Amino acid sequence: MLMYLASLNPIALFRSCPGGIAQGLIWGIMALGVFITFRMLNFADLTVDGSFATGGAVCIMLLLQGWNPEIALFFSFLAGVACGLVTGIFHTVFGIPDILAGILTQISLWSINLVNILGKANQAINAGTMKLRITSNFIYMPRTILILFICCAVIVVIMYWYLGTEHGSALRATGINPQMTRAQGINTDVMKVVGLALSNGLVALSGGMLSQYQGFADINMGRGAIVIGLAAVIIGEVIGMSIFGKRMNFMLRLSFVVAGSIIYYLVYVLVLWLKFPADEMKLLTAIVVAIFLAVPYLKGKSANSFGALARRNAKLAKQKQNDGKEEGSC
Amino acid sequence: MLEIRDISKTFNAGTINEKKALDHVSLTLNDGDFCTVIGGNGAGKSTIMNAVAGVWPVDEGSILIGGKDVTGLCEYKRASFLGRVFQDPMIGTAADMQIVENLAMAARRGKKRTLRWGVTKQEYDRYRELLRTLDLGLEDRMTAKVGLLSGGQRQALTLLMATMQRPELLLLDEHTAALDPRTAAKVLEATDRIVSENKLTTMMVTHNMKDAIVHGNRLIMMSEGRKIFDVSGEEKKNLKVADLLRKFEEAGGANEISDRMVLDSQE
Repeated sequence: MLMYLASLNPIALFRSCPGGIAQGLIWGIMALGVFITFRMLNFADLTVDGSFATGGAVCIMLLLQGWNPEIALFFSFLAGVACGLVTGIFHTVFGIPDILAGILTQISLWSINLVNILGKANQAINAGTMKLRITSNFIYMPRTILILFICCAVIVVIMYWYLGTEHGSALRATGINPQMTRAQGINTDVMKVVGLALSNGLVALSGGMLSQYQGFADINMGRGAIVIGLAAVIIGEVIGMSIFGKRMNFMLRLSFVVAGSIIYYLVYVLVLWLKFPADEMKLLTAIVVAIFLAVPYLKGKSANSFGALARRNAKLAKQKQNDGKEEGSC
Repeated sequence: MLEIRDISKTFNAGTINEKKALDHVSLTLNDGDFCTVIGGNGAGKSTIMNAVAGVWPVDEGSILIGGKDVTGLCEYKRASFLGRVFQDPMIGTAADMQIVENLAMAARRGKKRTLRWGVTKQEYDRYRELLRTLDLGLEDRMTAKVGLLSGGQRQALTLLMATMQRPELLLLDEHTAALDPRTAAKVLEATDRIVSENKLTTMMVTHNMKDAIVHGNRLIMMSEGRKIFDVSGEEKKNLKVADLLRKFEEAGGANEISDRMVLDSQE
């Protein structure tokens, strides 16, 4: 135990924090995409595992062709929009249930990423020779974090604006009550497709940024992305609610999605620093998400359950019995 | 104005559950008509509403609203002509959105959704006045989520949403059936007021024979997917619950009369 503690290096933890923040910001954009489908549309979209990798693959391949990094990111976004459109069409035109529609796109994207975009399991760029603004190079870390922070802020503001417009209100209503939404003359199918396209666009943009940051794209980089996105959304919500409670407005809700992602990655850094095996991180993430999803549900249930009622009644009965005895003895 | 020409609809055709829900029904409502629709369980009264609203296409026949043939239009496209209030108070409003957001969406019924802000400042004042007419205190809770309201409040709000942008036709599908008698009476009162103030053409489904007689200027009775009785004017005014029961028996639809219909009508 002492040996283990002695082997931990506080300076190493301090040095890896900026990287955690940068990755948290990158994945925060991905989590904002998940927020659109999971929270606004009430649609569990599993496309993101595929579209995240597609975004990364498109970006790296364009960089290898000598494209400008920002334009490459724009094309990552467009590629993600296309992925979302496919899932949307599977769901609305062909009537495939939401989860399955996402899985079908995701699995086909795996082949497309491997064969048609990357050509092999991974492709790397020589990050040193390129003028990247998002890079894991330690010297440029403050600048990278600043740029990513501005990107997140801009996207949060744009999402706040869009979801407040007539079009965005229609999208939110679609997720809450499709029947009512149709009665107001809104085509709920179109709204779902738009939401999926925007969501996957953001996810792929985030994938492109991550590939620039790490200097390569990998066929498996999106595996489990949905779980990380959900983790960020849920952690952000729980923490936001505990700080602001009822004063939590929509701007704060969006901001806390990004905050949730940063917190997730800082915890990730900490857990790795504690020498937790990196291969088991996905298991840990899944457990964290399961707990965060289960706690509000179980809380509601325990406040209103048969078991609790039975125990309460038993206690009351016992009390009565005791009271009766005391009176009797007097 | 509504014109229903000889529509039919069969559910689960060709299976053991086949049900002829509408059997060659025709109906013409004039401008400003307030028509109540009465019938027992499975008589087809909600089905005729859904046919007009375009929830699914009819098998045959055609439907005209305001002289325009809407038979081939889907639900969201017909919405620009229709105001609808549903039986379930949860269906008519979006629970997780504010009262004003719900109203703002209804105010844009049938219009293109643009990238302009969803609720403008001027709208707030207009909606406050509208909500005040309901006399439920909602004008002071405009930014509250609709999910916090009671069933009656939600139905009243839905009614407002259905009529704030004048519909060619107002469809009320047993919109007070899920409410307690006092709240139901209040919502019906608001319905009468809004319909007469705006001279709306209205169709109201109800299982309550007394309500069907008291409200509106016209009454139709449905049984087994057919229209079996159609009265208006003086004849409707003089109608009694006993007359309606006799009509049911004549049509052989007496077994469709549920206890609920009879009990609710005895007061």
